[in-house]
Amino acid sequence: MALSLTSIALVAAVALGCVYLFTTEQIEQQKQATQNAARVAVLNGQEGTPVEVAVDGFGGTMRVMVGFAPDGTILGYEVLEHSETPGLGDKAGSWFKNADKPAQCIVGRQATGQFTVSKDGGDVDAITAATISSRAFLKAVNEAYAQFQQENGVQVEAASCASQMTQPKSEIVEEKEANNE
Amino acid sequence: MIYFLIFISAIFVNNIVLSQFLGICPFLGVSKKIDTALGMGAAVTFVLTLATVVTYLLQKLLVLWSVEFLQTILFILVIAALVQMIEIILKKISPSLYQALGVFLPLITTNCCLLGVAILVANGTNKLPGAMEHNLLSGTVFAFATALGFALALILFAGIREQLAMNKVPKAMQGTPIALLTAGLLAMAFMGFSGVV
Amino acid sequence: MNNAVKTLTNGILKENPTFGLVLGMCPTLATTTSAVNGMSMGLATMFVLVCSNVVISLLKNVIPDKVRIPAFIVVIATFVTMVQLLMQAYLPGIYAVLGLFIPLIVVNCIVLGRAEAFAAKNNVGLSALDGVGMGIGFTLSLTVIGAIREFLGTGCVFGAHIYSDQYGMLIFVLAPGAFICLAYVMALVQKLMK
Repeated sequence: MALSLTSIALVAAVALGCVYLFTTEQIEQQKQATQNAARVAVLNGQEGTPVEVAVDGFGGTMRVMVGFAPDGTILGYEVLEHSETPGLGDKAGSWFKNADKPAQCIVGRQATGQFTVSKDGGDVDAITAATISSRAFLKAVNEAYAQFQQENGVQVEAASCASQMTQPKSEIVEEKEANNE
Repeated sequence: MIYFLIFISAIFVNNIVLSQFLGICPFLGVSKKIDTALGMGAAVTFVLTLATVVTYLLQKLLVLWSVEFLQTILFILVIAALVQMIEIILKKISPSLYQALGVFLPLITTNCCLLGVAILVANGTNKLPGAMEHNLLSGTVFAFATALGFALALILFAGIREQLAMNKVPKAMQGTPIALLTAGLLAMAFMGFSGVV
Repeated sequence: MNNAVKTLTNGILKENPTFGLVLGMCPTLATTTSAVNGMSMGLATMFVLVCSNVVISLLKNVIPDKVRIPAFIVVIATFVTMVQLLMQAYLPGIYAVLGLFIPLIVVNCIVLGRAEAFAAKNNVGLSALDGVGMGIGFTLSLTVIGAIREFLGTGCVFGAHIYSDQYGMLIFVLAPGAFICLAYVMALVQKLMK
C-alpha cells in the first residue's frame, strides 16, 4: 500500500523534474523579455533612464516603470502590475499617455516631482471616477522622478539605458522607508 | 498598526469569498443553516491558520533546495495530511468538539481557500500595504483574518438563505440560481468597503 | 460506439460540470472576466482532466483502495504543475491573468470527482472521452459566461468592440456581476432543460 503510493509519488516527481528542466530556460527568457520590453517601451526609442517604483494603489500594490530623458522629460511609462478596479482605475495604463488630451497626458512633460490631480489643485486630469488610483499613479511618477534625480546626482551624466539594463533593481526597500515616515 | 490593516483588509475589503472567489463550493454547499455555517466557519478558521503557517515554513525549504515547482503537489498533500491529523487528534482529545466540527473536516481538503491562501502567502503574491512581503507573523494574521472573512460571509449568507427558504421563488430560479443572485447582492454590499484600506 | 458518443456528450449537455453538476464554481466565477480568459481556463482544466482520467484509468488496478484519494491527488497535482510550467514558458500573458487559479485546478471538484466517479471504474478509452466531454462542457460554459460578462461590462466580445465601452455596465466585470450573471444563465439553462 505504502509502496505503491511512494512509487506513484516518485514517478510523479521525476516526470515533473523533466518538465521543469525542459521549460526552465524558456521561462527565464520570457521573464527577461517582458522586463526588456517594458524598458524599451517606456523609453519610446530614445535615450534615457527607466525607473521602477511601487506604491499602494486603490486595490493593492501598483508597480509603475517611468522613462526619463536626461533633462527630466517623461518619455513614457508602463503600469507593470496593479489591482485597480477593472474599467476604472486600470485605465491608468493608457489614460496618462493619451496625446490627444494634453490635460491628462504626462508623456512629453517635464517632470517636476509635484504632479497632482486637478482636484487637488494640480494640472493633471484624473481618470474619470478613479481619483484615488490617479493619485497613486502620480505619486509613483513623482517618486520615480525623485529616484531619477538622486541617481543622477551621483553619476554626473545620465545613465545610459544599457548600463541600467545590466543591473535591474527593485526599489521596494526604499519604498517601505518612504511609507513609514 | 500594519497588522490591524491586514486584518481589516482581509476580512472586509478583499473578502475571500465575495471578492476573491475562493471557497465558493462550501459557501454554496453548507450555507442552508446558521448552525452548520458556524461549524464550518470555525473549522476553516482553525485549519486555514495552521495550514498557512506550515506551508509558509515548507516554502522556505523548497526555495532552499530550489525545487519550487513541487509547490502545488507538496502543499495539497500537506493540507490533506494536516486535515486527517486534526481529525484524529480531535477525536482523541475532545469528542465534543469533534462532534461539532468533525463532519466538516473531510470537506475542507478540497476547499480552495486553503491551497489558495497558502500559495498567496508563500509566493508573496499577496502584498501588504507598502508593497512589503509577508513574514511569518503577518502571514498568520492574514490567514486568520481571511478565515474570519470566510466565516463572516458564510454566516451572513446562511442567515439570508434561512429567510429565503420561506419565500416563493420562480421555478427556474430555485436552488442554486437564487443563492448565487443573493451572493451577488452580498458581494455588492461588500464592494462598499473597497478603498477603505 | 453508441456508448462512446454517449460518454462524450454526457459532459457537454446532461451532466455539464457548471450547470448540471454545479462543480468548480471558483474558476467559473473568478476567471470569466472576458471570453478569452474563461476559455483559457476551461482549456487548461480540460488538459488536466483528460490526462488525469487516462492515467488514473490505467492505474486503477495498481492503486490499493485505501490510498486511492491521495494517489489521485498526486496524479492530478502532477499534471497541474505541468500545465503551470508549460503556460509560464509559452503563454506567460495568459498565465499572468489566470494566476492563482491554475494551481487551484488541483482542488477543482470536477477533476477529482471524475477520477473517482468515472476513471476509476472504466477503461482508458472511455475515460479519455469522458475527460474530453467534461472538458468541452466546462470550457463552453466558461466561455459563454465570459462572453456575456465581457459584452455587458465593456461592450466587447472576444476583444471585438460591439458598442462603446462608455455604456458598459462595469458591475458585470466586477465580483457581484459574476454571481448575478451566473445566476441568470443557470436559471435559463434550468428552464430550457425542463
